[in-house]
Amino acid sequence: MKQGEYAAAQSAAVPLSGGVHWIGALDPTLRTFDIILKTANGTSYNSYLVRGSDGVAIIDTVKESFSEEFFTRLESVADYSEIRYIVLNHLEPDHTGALPELMRRAPQARLYISQRAQAMLKALLKHDQYDYTPVTTGDSVSLGDKTLRFLNTPYLHWPDTQCTFLEEESMLFSGDVFGCHFCDARLFNDRVGDFRFSFEYYYAHIMRPFREYVMKALALIEPLPLSAIAPSHGPILRERPEQYIAHYRRLATPALYSEIGLEKSLLIFYISSYGNTARMAEAIYQSASEIDGVRASLYDLEGGEVAPFVDLIEEADGILFGTPTINGDAVKPVWDLLSSLAVVHTRGKLAGAFGSYGWSGEAVRMVEERLRGLKMDVPVEGLRIKLIPTDEELNACRAYGAAIGRALTGEAENRIVEMAQLQTG
Amino acid sequence: MAKAKVTFLDLGLTVSVPVGTRVIEVSEKVGAGLIYGCREGDCGTCLMKVEEGWNNLSEPSVVEAKVLKENLAGKHCRLACQAQVLGDISVRPA
Repeated sequence: MKQGEYAAAQSAAVPLSGGVHWIGALDPTLRTFDIILKTANGTSYNSYLVRGSDGVAIIDTVKESFSEEFFTRLESVADYSEIRYIVLNHLEPDHTGALPELMRRAPQARLYISQRAQAMLKALLKHDQYDYTPVTTGDSVSLGDKTLRFLNTPYLHWPDTQCTFLEEESMLFSGDVFGCHFCDARLFNDRVGDFRFSFEYYYAHIMRPFREYVMKALALIEPLPLSAIAPSHGPILRERPEQYIAHYRRLATPALYSEIGLEKSLLIFYISSYGNTARMAEAIYQSASEIDGVRASLYDLEGGEVAPFVDLIEEADGILFGTPTINGDAVKPVWDLLSSLAVVHTRGKLAGAFGSYGWSGEAVRMVEERLRGLKMDVPVEGLRIKLIPTDEELNACRAYGAAIGRALTGEAENRIVEMAQLQTG
Repeated sequence: MAKAKVTFLDLGLTVSVPVGTRVIEVSEKVGAGLIYGCREGDCGTCLMKVEEGWNNLSEPSVVEAKVLKENLAGKHCRLACQAQVLGDISVRPA
């Protein structure tokens, strides 16, 4: 009876188990989510209702414009007066849009949010009258015969994110983790269409910058016995949920084992119109390679595409950019790569810039500013050389490469300077 | 003018500064990893860990104390845009 599989096409709640219902909303026409994400078949805003012997808990709500659908589903399985707890795994408006109206209808309900969510609650909802309890890993709340236990999983993908585990049913309400933008009224992973691409795409754009936090969250989630993962977007993963956890670990682990081992990886990207910046790059590459503990790699941006370079940067300890100055700016291939790094973690990496120029040479400083903006350390002042490097200037390139190498291995001598000697601006 | 030394451990760089200087004024000039957002003690972006000389910084204002609390800042963490240098300190990005 295939027709019966499209349960969410009806306006009633959809059971996940005896005590748990899906009361979310479908948004099949959405094509762009949060500016940065595409979706070829919309999304869903998943909300769940958990019924215990001592009342009802609601886990997350929906985007405000989908409130009516949400309330209709909620009313099909519970009275507002029964709601004791509202758990917010993530405060982004697509999950809290219906919250103010829900609180108006169920004023007795108490909010359970993460510690980090407290400051956001007020800023997002412009309301300071809500009663809430901040929770973290180890805290739980009882619905009589059902227990909701909280897992603190920050930065997946906001500081406030958390997961909630329904102990008696081994069900994980994961928030955005394990979610994807894929709208299908059949709801469950063993019934919906092929959503593998959407699952990986969502990880790559939403979770990837927070890879270290993904690993920490997986360490909390992997030991749990799981009957299902119920995320806040996309299919509910009830068939082999452990496969999705294993896949997250694979996605958060480099695909090819790095041969660089304990050495520090320094990537030198350059682009050159007359070969001058290329000569600088080669001299820097040569001297940095000579420093013990540094493994340098040299790449001409003209011969590569952005995405694989982003992958390399994610793993690197240090990154240098060589760019000529053309019409007072760094060149487009350099900016293309530098504007594509939001999906990887760059904070704390060592970085620097160098380049040849004709008469003004602004590019190096501009690139350095961008590197600092990406929260990287720029410990050695960038090197600019007018047109063709002389032997003496190539020696300066070698000294620059060696200084970068030493900074990378932590062997840089502590320098002492006067504030008045520092450059301004 | 009284001077104090600010050491940026992530750079291996010590800067001698006039007492009363805010840490952010120095860190932005040397390119330390202490990045900032609002510079007004509101966003918490410039959070830093004070490894040495904890007592050589101005006391946190009410505004700073609130932001530190909201960001669940660890012990000896301060905002670089608020803390003024009173004596020698060593810092790194938190």
